[in-house]
Amino acid sequence: MATGRTGADAVQAREPDLLRFTTAGSVDDGKSTLIGRLLHDAGAIYEDQLAALRGKAPVAGAALDLALVTDGLRAEREQGITIDVAYRYFATPRRRFIIADTPGHVQYTRNMATGASTADLAVILIDAQLGIQTQSKRHAFIVSLLGVPRVVVAVNKMDLVGYDAAVFERIRDEYGAWAARLGFADLVFIPISALAGDNVVTGSGRMPWYDGPSLLTHLEHVYVAGDANLIDFRFPVQRVVRPDQSFRGYAGQVVSGVVRPGDEVVVLPSGLRTRVTRIVTRGPDLDYAFPPQSVTLCLADDVDVSRGDMIAHPRNVPVVERSVEAMVVWMADAPLAEGRTYMIKHTTRTVKAACGKIAYRVNPDTLHREQATELGLNEIGRVRMTLYQPLFVDEYRKNRATGSFVLIDPATNATAGAGMTIDRRASPAPGDVADGLQVATNVFRQASRVDAAERARVLGQAPLTVWLTGLSGSGKSTVAHALERRLIDAGRACFVLDGDNLRHGLTRDLGFTPQARRENVRRVAEAAKLMNDAGLVVVTALISPYEEDRAMAREIIGPERFFETYLAAGVDACERRDPKGLYAKARRGEIPDFTGISAPYEVPAAPAIELATGTESVEQSVEALFAAVLRRVAQPR
Amino acid sequence: MSTEVLSLSVLRRLEAESIHILREVAAEFERPVLMYSVGKDSSVLLRLAQKAFHPGRIPFPLLHIDTAYKFPEMYAFRDRVCAEAGVELRVLRNEPALAADANPWDLGTVKCCGFLKTQGLLDALRAGNYDAVIGGARREEERSRAKERIFSFRDRHGQWDPKNQRPELWNLYNGRIQPGESMRVFPLSNWTEVDVWRYVAQEGIEVVPLYFATEREVVRRGGQIIPAGAKTRLLPGERSERLLVRYRTLGCYPCTGAVASSARTVGEIITELEQTRFSERVTRVIDHDQDGSMEQKKREGYF
Repeated sequence: MATGRTGADAVQAREPDLLRFTTAGSVDDGKSTLIGRLLHDAGAIYEDQLAALRGKAPVAGAALDLALVTDGLRAEREQGITIDVAYRYFATPRRRFIIADTPGHVQYTRNMATGASTADLAVILIDAQLGIQTQSKRHAFIVSLLGVPRVVVAVNKMDLVGYDAAVFERIRDEYGAWAARLGFADLVFIPISALAGDNVVTGSGRMPWYDGPSLLTHLEHVYVAGDANLIDFRFPVQRVVRPDQSFRGYAGQVVSGVVRPGDEVVVLPSGLRTRVTRIVTRGPDLDYAFPPQSVTLCLADDVDVSRGDMIAHPRNVPVVERSVEAMVVWMADAPLAEGRTYMIKHTTRTVKAACGKIAYRVNPDTLHREQATELGLNEIGRVRMTLYQPLFVDEYRKNRATGSFVLIDPATNATAGAGMTIDRRASPAPGDVADGLQVATNVFRQASRVDAAERARVLGQAPLTVWLTGLSGSGKSTVAHALERRLIDAGRACFVLDGDNLRHGLTRDLGFTPQARRENVRRVAEAAKLMNDAGLVVVTALISPYEEDRAMAREIIGPERFFETYLAAGVDACERRDPKGLYAKARRGEIPDFTGISAPYEVPAAPAIELATGTESVEQSVEALFAAVLRRVAQPR
Repeated sequence: MSTEVLSLSVLRRLEAESIHILREVAAEFERPVLMYSVGKDSSVLLRLAQKAFHPGRIPFPLLHIDTAYKFPEMYAFRDRVCAEAGVELRVLRNEPALAADANPWDLGTVKCCGFLKTQGLLDALRAGNYDAVIGGARREEERSRAKERIFSFRDRHGQWDPKNQRPELWNLYNGRIQPGESMRVFPLSNWTEVDVWRYVAQEGIEVVPLYFATEREVVRRGGQIIPAGAKTRLLPGERSERLLVRYRTLGCYPCTGAVASSARTVGEIITELEQTRFSERVTRVIDHDQDGSMEQKKREGYF
């Protein structure tokens, strides 16, 4: 696949990539000022716009009102509030940014959901003077509901509390404990002053007690490339392209997964199987296509395909549903009520649907569930929709594109609600055998009543994943088990996840291609995360040769719990050792994709610790690692 | 695949999004039309439409609302490029207003725009009974455009109600309308000016030569450098001069300022834009003729 023509379009090592983020905060928390500050200090506001702002300042020489930059509508400028989502664009040498600036008034919650729906990250503002407001919790809840994995809590107006560390820490601890229930992969707190500029673009000399990055530095470096779902191929058909008798193709966007000519595919809802013959663009045909490419697929057989159908791989299909279970954000004045009918737009398919049972309404301030038979404007609840025609859905947490829908009121044509599916049953596609990656029932995140800090106190240790990476034969298994012994002897609860052992069970369906290795890393990382959540120290022993995959593991496990350990033994040393005789086999060509011989190993750029297992003894390595790990584990936070 | 990360460049992501939008329009509306105004954004939009429907033809016509005050180079370019692309181009003017000698010098820019652009557009849309009107506006251009949806609802009178817009989540666009209502659609919403030029470079798209610097006959007026062609009326005391300039945006020649520039190639334009300290629409007189100019024009039906 390295020869794929699409490769020319893939991002080169240092080419800037794109980060979409949204901002949320209560009225007067200073969102617009913050964005104005980011744009201003990043040099993205032009001279003529600055001149216009200066003209609007009440007193000549007064500080610029940065909020005026983003308040685009006259009513907003007059009332000094933000009414609607505003999109802003700026770039640094590292990244391109699209900001969705969304209002904080309770009546505009729907706009926040809009901004969050396409965001990779959310910045939630909290006024340091006022502390955590009802709205601050509501914002985090909506952000989590919309599946935004990363949150930065910007504690603003630090200048008005004398840059006091205690104020920041109080908010951080209280909000962090509350937000733990929402399960963000990445939650970061930064003390800032949007008005004065502290920690927005550059650091601040006025808060020496804070040693983290500025907001912009964080936004420039946070890792998002792993968000794309490259496993589950889904292609909702937008249009049939049939200019003449000689050509018939299906236009659409690859929303997840990867497709190649020759792939066997199934068309839903018919269940007919065929093969992809070409991936057509206006340029040369492609060797493969991946999200979010817009392409046209040609199929081998003249099967019946039309707009709203879905093309997938036969062993990995979405669920064909006659009803969907979803969390719904209601956005219209007329309430969502049991028994009413609506239109659902899901991917490229629009069907009629009736509102079935409303299981509960969520109080976004307490996260408590309340009984309800309808949802009013800006209310959120779990709803079952009965569909007049089937939809092809995945769980929203796994696939934003095939797990999301909007509800349209057929009387007004207004977009009345947004839904995120939370139910995924193992039901095979018509005519298919249930042999694919089928997923368990009723997948819904339940908030635990016990938090991480409580578990840490009970076990007297902070959970940690010691992620060993290195070539085959570098000593990962040996070091892992020796470290486990030392930790257990020291009274620490610990468990080893050994890659080879797991391949007999958890990962036995996976091979050694880059995709399979990636899925292997993902599963082990998820298992490690669970064990960490249970309070254990985990030691993993996987070659995990790709930087990208390890970054994904870091993301899944959480950067604060991820302890990357590089076993720095070179190919020569490992091949001399060759405990399993694998290098010899690989040299004879009997093992394809063998790391170090016929597949690459990417050395970690900045591991937490590096062990010279090629030259020093196992005991030396283990002692060094044990000491470093114990320091992290011994202090429950 | 080796260690290559499957990740699209920013330009390719923008392109994929725009193509998705264009295809949604073609699939969900009866009578779409693509507004073609001859500038760089229209050139990019045309290329994206060609890509979206390849190997088929673009399944909707192009529409140019001609104020009769465009640069001569723009008319020549328009006719040649549309013929070469084999697309159907419809050109409409507000003939009654032109017959009554509508011009910016006597009417002022607000009224002139109202007659020749907004009214001309609304008349043309009504005559064509178009239900979806695709435009090249970008959110980055101007602050009221920053609030625009990708599928932006218009009532029976073509009016925009910015305080009552449909929520737009993910890439699920709600295109449902009643007869007489319409949708404005903006496939380039997330593009910036420099993205447009980088795409012009990447794809080798032809643009009107007015974008490139050369010595031109101009007159300085109110902080702008206005072209001084044969038809431009000079005010008392004004004198035209020859300056090395280019146009950063193209509109009507009486109301479009040039910028001092030596950028003679697309590459030089990109370099210039990466360093500029001035926004794109600073040279558009009509953006500054009243407070909230663009918002007011948009509410009334302007793009």
